[in-house]
Parts: sequence; structure tokens; C-alpha cells
Amino acid sequence: MIPELGQFSLILALCLCVILGTLPLIGASRNNLLWMNLARPVTAGVFVFLAISIAILAYAFVQDDFSVQFVQQHSNLLLPTRYKVTAVWGGHEGSFLLWTFMLSGWMLAVSIYSKSMPIDFVARVLGVLGIICFAYILFMLATSNPFDRVVPLSPADGADLNSALQDIGFIIHPPTLYMGYVGFSVVFAFAMAALLSGRLDAAWARWCRPWANTAWAVLTLGIALGSWWAYYELGWGGWWAWDPVENPPLITWLFGTAMIHSLAATEKRGVFKSWTVLLAILAFAGSLLGTFITRSGLLTSVHAFASDPTRGVFILLIFGLAIGFALLLFALRAPLMKSDFGFSLLSREIFLLANNVILVVASASVLLGTLFPMVYQAITDELISIGPPYFNAIFAPLMVLLILLLGVGPICRWKKTSAQYLVMQLGRVALSSVALGVLLPLVVLLKFSVSATIASILASWICLAMLTDLVNKSANKITRLQGLKSLSLSYFGMQIAHFGVAVMLIGAAMTSNFSSEKSVLLASGESIDLGEYVFLFDGMTSVEGPNYIGDEAHIQVLRDGEFVRNLNPQRRLYVASGSPSTEMAIDAGFFRDLFITLGEAKEGGAWSMTIYIKPFIRWVWLGAIFMALGGLTAAGDKRYRRLRRRQEELLAEDLKANLQPAL
Amino acid sequence: MSKLKFFIPAIGFFVLALLLWRGLYLNTRDLPSVLIDKPLPEFEMKTVIGSQLVTNKDLPDKMFLLNVWGSYCLPCLVEHPTLMRLTEEGEMPVVGVNYRDRKNLAIDWLGVNGNPFSFSLLDEDGKLGIDLGVYGAPETFLIDQNGVIRYRHVSVLDETVWQEVFQPAITALRAEQAGI
Repeated sequence: MIPELGQFSLILALCLCVILGTLPLIGASRNNLLWMNLARPVTAGVFVFLAISIAILAYAFVQDDFSVQFVQQHSNLLLPTRYKVTAVWGGHEGSFLLWTFMLSGWMLAVSIYSKSMPIDFVARVLGVLGIICFAYILFMLATSNPFDRVVPLSPADGADLNSALQDIGFIIHPPTLYMGYVGFSVVFAFAMAALLSGRLDAAWARWCRPWANTAWAVLTLGIALGSWWAYYELGWGGWWAWDPVENPPLITWLFGTAMIHSLAATEKRGVFKSWTVLLAILAFAGSLLGTFITRSGLLTSVHAFASDPTRGVFILLIFGLAIGFALLLFALRAPLMKSDFGFSLLSREIFLLANNVILVVASASVLLGTLFPMVYQAITDELISIGPPYFNAIFAPLMVLLILLLGVGPICRWKKTSAQYLVMQLGRVALSSVALGVLLPLVVLLKFSVSATIASILASWICLAMLTDLVNKSANKITRLQGLKSLSLSYFGMQIAHFGVAVMLIGAAMTSNFSSEKSVLLASGESIDLGEYVFLFDGMTSVEGPNYIGDEAHIQVLRDGEFVRNLNPQRRLYVASGSPSTEMAIDAGFFRDLFITLGEAKEGGAWSMTIYIKPFIRWVWLGAIFMALGGLTAAGDKRYRRLRRRQEELLAEDLKANLQPAL
Repeated sequence: MSKLKFFIPAIGFFVLALLLWRGLYLNTRDLPSVLIDKPLPEFEMKTVIGSQLVTNKDLPDKMFLLNVWGSYCLPCLVEHPTLMRLTEEGEMPVVGVNYRDRKNLAIDWLGVNGNPFSFSLLDEDGKLGIDLGVYGAPETFLIDQNGVIRYRHVSVLDETVWQEVFQPAITALRAEQAGI
């Protein structure tokens, strides 16, 4: 009975979405205040019913209600309760419910934090989101209902959650990633509302920016979490594998990054308007494409959910209609939007434009690499594979170029900057970053590699250019502190995020150039050297978890003869599914990770294992955290709130004047 | 013209959507029809151990498995005992394709974990993998005595997969050949 209630509230949410996707939009175009005002309460209703729905699914998991097919497939009596709850997103149906629920959460946030926007605009934004939400719920009810029952006999026990998913990373990675992903629907809705109303001005950009920055920051975190989780749980050993399912979030992220930059120019200078809108549409398209790729069985990968062509057709239909309509509307409306083109060849606008071009090219190349095997197969019926060498070869040079420009852009002035000024500001920076970049890896790691040197030059370039800019911008007040205080939060947000790029760059370069690994066979009491560490194997013990049994190795790590810590990698056998899994042991550190995976038992009690030393790998994620922090800081800039309030007063008068006869 | 350029994204998108739609009906999980029931691609490559030059002629003249592996590949460790058992018990020979790996790491790996392969082809640049349409390690192909690809399995080949997927396929193949 209870699961049916879940399904019923899903249907109610669908009905509310029908209202939300029609009346407020019609109301906005006909100036019907009543219909426009429906948007907010109906949004709250959609949120509430989706919340009930997902809570009931979680309840079914906790109660071990195996008569629900989705629960039966992804849970088990022995599964610890926290994983029972998170098993909600352990498969296609439930994760799609989470996805939709996240969307309604964003919608609710828009309806609450939009008091300052004109009601016709809010009605359009929520209306567009309502249509998207409608399509998602319909998709769920039609092809992937999480509440489907197993009839007539319900099984006594479930099949178990995939063992790779029984992990803390799985608890936090999908919700964060989805939240970021779905956040771009909000930006998309803002863009659509702008196209529909023909209103695309600085005020629009100001409304849009905090949402865009927040969505971007959350997506950054989500991707970083995914990378971290893949690193320690899936044991790919690396932090990015160019997997076909890792790529769509990256594509979305690159479009999104381009968009938040172009949005800044739109707000400050009224330029690149249609371009910003196009990027908002593309970022959203990236997020839908990601959904499509993972859920249609189009590409085979670790992440792929069970494939089903009808689902694929349905998602493709959503994708085609939403993006097709958006791009057509764009084609019709964008020519009407006049951008100002008052900037010279050397100005911050140009650098932002270059940033956009590079990011879009990068994004398009990742898209090409991801889809090319499929496209090639569609045309020639032959199969090819495209791997990391392609992506690295294209991505690395683009990023080098991007970072070179990143140093200059923030120092540049809007409209026009003299070349002399730039040389004066950056000449010393360039020289000292080359010096620093060459010296640092040699001094810190006592090793040399060309690409690591290039990376540390670039990282110094970012940091030193940033310092120069901070010094300049804080110089016009009596004290430095006052000067710093006079700078806006969004300025600090930018600098923090750019600093994150430098940190991530160092991490990526050091770990890919200076990692070492060794496969060894150790018997109890034997030891092995790797780098400056000695790994001493103390023997094995059996372990027993709530739903698995396994063996655990005890390895002492020594450095210069001194004990560092114990590492205990495991091999597990999950009882319910019979699936084996390996749990690596990691000693995480600021400057290096030690990482051991356990192989198999051999004759004479010896075990095979692989030992890795990965310098600076934490910096990759640390960099992402800085980026996200920067995005959130910028979103919190009080100028958005202040200006909104002023806007609100003006618009309230406007509305009174214009909308009276509508009722 | 200046207005028409705004249609470029829409047109580009529709082309993409069409291709995706076409892509839905391609079976990427199994080998494409062109390769299944086709002979193994011609190769002339070095082996991982001993660096001998081998060609298609050196393949077993009975039914065998072609297993794509790499020392970097953890799932390969999971299926490793099954492959060891198959060769040790003489149930089926296994030929390895050491896919996009480094030779010294591959040799270490075989030394440490044991070598289930009759020989492993050193496919450092992934050329053979591309000819085979490999997604990544591990992947296993069932090749019949005439060197024809009969079945492909993406991901881990453990005992369950062996019993539930490979053995029925092999039985079916043997029955088919006995019938001819």
C-alpha cells in the first residue's frame, strides 16, 4: 500500500507540473497576474509531492519491502541501513527520482529567492522548469517507475547493492553531482525566460549570476567527488579516466565555466548577450546528454545503468524537444538582442572572449571524442575506440593557452588597456614565474620533467599575476587592509577560483609525472622498498563485515627506518551477490598518497599486491574545492541582493502601472 | 545572412540528435555484426614475455579465449583466478592481449600473479585493441578453431559468468559444429 502512495504522489506532482508548465507562461504573455502568481505555490506543491515520493522509496528500502522491484534489485537484508537509504540512487529508477527531486528543490529555491524579480519573469522561469519537471516525471512513470511491484509473489530477499556502491563516496557523490547538473536547468530557464520575454539586459544578468555561479560551484564539487571516489574505490589508480560517462559532466562544466565568464561581461559591459544565452542552452544540453548517455545504453561504461532502448528514445525525445525548441527560439530571438561592441582589441572583453572560445573548443573536442566512436559506427558500421591519448593531446595545450590568458585577463581593464601597462604589470611576473617554476620542482621533489616544469611555471604565473592585481587594486586606499576591504566579494570569488586552477594544475602535473608503482609478491615478514618508503608485510587476518567476508593484509610503512603507519588493504566477498571486490588502503597526505591494492594468495602464504606512491594527488581535489568556494563566494556578493531590492521597488511601481486591467 | 547564422546551433544540434537516435539502435554491448563470425584481424606482434614475433598462425588450433588485460586493471585481478583455473585444468587455452600497458609492468604483473596465458600480445599503442573494438580491459573474446570470433564479453569473466554465459555459448557452438 505505502509504495502505491509514493507512486500516487508522483502522479500528483505530474499534474501540478502540467499547471506549472502552462498557466504561468500563458499568464506572463497575457499579463494575467493571477495566473503568474500561481507559479510559486504550485512549485511548492511539486516539491512537496516529490519529497513524499522519494521519502516513501527510502522507507521501502529501510523496511526491506522486496515486493518493490527496484528495492529487490538494489538491496538486501544484510545491507547496512545507511546503504539501504542511499541505495535509493543505486539504480536507474531511483536515481532518476532523486534527479527530479533535486530539480524541484532548485525550483523551490528560485521561487523563494526571487522576491526581487518581476513576477512575469519568475512565472516564465518556473514555467519552463515546470515543463522540464513534467517531462522527467512522465518519463519515470512511463518507462522507469521505481515503485513497480514484483507480482504475484514477492521475493524473500533482495539481490544486493553493487559492492562498488557500498561506500561513503557513493553516499555523497551522486547527490552533489546531480545538484550541480540540475542547477544548470535553472540557468537554462533564465535564458529561456529572457528569450521569451525579449528582456536581456544587465538586470537579467545580475539575477542570473548567483544561480549560475552556485550551480557551477556545486557541479565542480560533484565532479571532484566523483574523481576522488573513483580514485580510491574503483581503483582506477588515476583521478580522471576520460570515461564516456565522466565526460558529459566535464562538457557541461566547460560550457558552464564559459558561461559564468561571459555572463560577467554581459552584466558589467552589456556585451556577448546572445552568446551567454547560447552557452546557457549548451550547458543544459550537456547535462541532458549526460543523462541520455548513462541511461540509454548508448555507451558502455562502468557507470552505465541497465540499457533499455525505449528509455533512450524517451530521453532523446526530451533532449530533442527541449534543446531543439530552445535553439530555434534562440535563432529567432537572438538577432533582436543588441549587444554593445564598444571595446578595443586589448581589453578584458577580448580576454573573456578568448576564454570562451578556448573553453567551448575544449568542450566540443571532449564531446567529439566521446561520441565519435558511436557516430563512426553509425555511419560505417565499424567500431573504433578513442582513449586518453586523444583527450590528453587536445586538452593539455588548450589548458596551457587558457592559463596563460588567465594571468592577463583580470589585470586588463574593461574597454581598453594599453599594451605598455600590461607589460609593466606582467613583465616581472612572467620572469619570476619562469624562475620559480623551474626551481620549485627541482628543490621540492629533486626531480625534473618538462611537463611538470611547464605546469609549475603556469601555476606561478597565475598566483603571481593574482598577487600583482591584489596589490594594485588595494593600493588606492590609505591602508592595504582598507583597500582589500573595498574589493567586492565577487572579485575575491574570482581570485579564489583562479587560485584553485593553479592548485589543481600542480596536483595534476605532479601526480601524472612523478607517480611510482610496483607490483610485488610478499610473504609474511618480507618487505619491499619504493621511493623513500619501506613496506613491511606483517601477515593476514580474516575480517567479517555486516554483509561480506574477506581477508585483510597488515602492512607497516616505514620511512628512514621510522614507523609511519599501518595500511590494511582488503579483499572482500559480498555474500548476497557473491561478487568479489578489493578495498585499497590509502595513506593520504598533503604531499603524497601511499596506496596499496591487494591481489591474490599464492603458494606459501605469499600475497600479490600493488603499491603506489602518488605525489600531490590531493591537490587536484583541493583545487576543485577552491574553485567551488570561489564560485559560492562570488554568488554571495551583496551587490546582487542590494541591486535586487532597488530593482524590486522600481518594478513594483512598473507593475502597478502596467498590469491593472489584466484581471 | 547575418540572421541565418543564428540557426547554425539549431542545425548542428539536429544533426547530432539524429546521430544519437541512430546510435540508440546500434548494439554496442555486443560486438558489431561485422566482426562477429568474422576471422580475428590479421596481426604480427611481439609477445610480452620473450618478445617473440607471433602472427595469427601461432594461435591455438582449437577453441580458445582471447583476453584483454593490463597490469593497471583491477577487475583483471578479479577474473584472474578463473583464467588460471581454465588453463591449469586444461579446460580452455587463453591468449592474452596486453592492452595499452607498459611491458615491464606487464611482466611484473604476470610474475607476481601468475601467467594464465599461452602467450600475451604486447599491444602498447592499442592498435589491435582498436581493430577488435575494445572498450578497455578486461574483455574476453571466444574464438573458434578456425580463428573466427564467435562471442564477446565486456567486463569481468568470473566463475559465474563462465558458467552462465560462456559455457552455454560454447555448448551451443560445439553442437552447431557437430551438426555440420
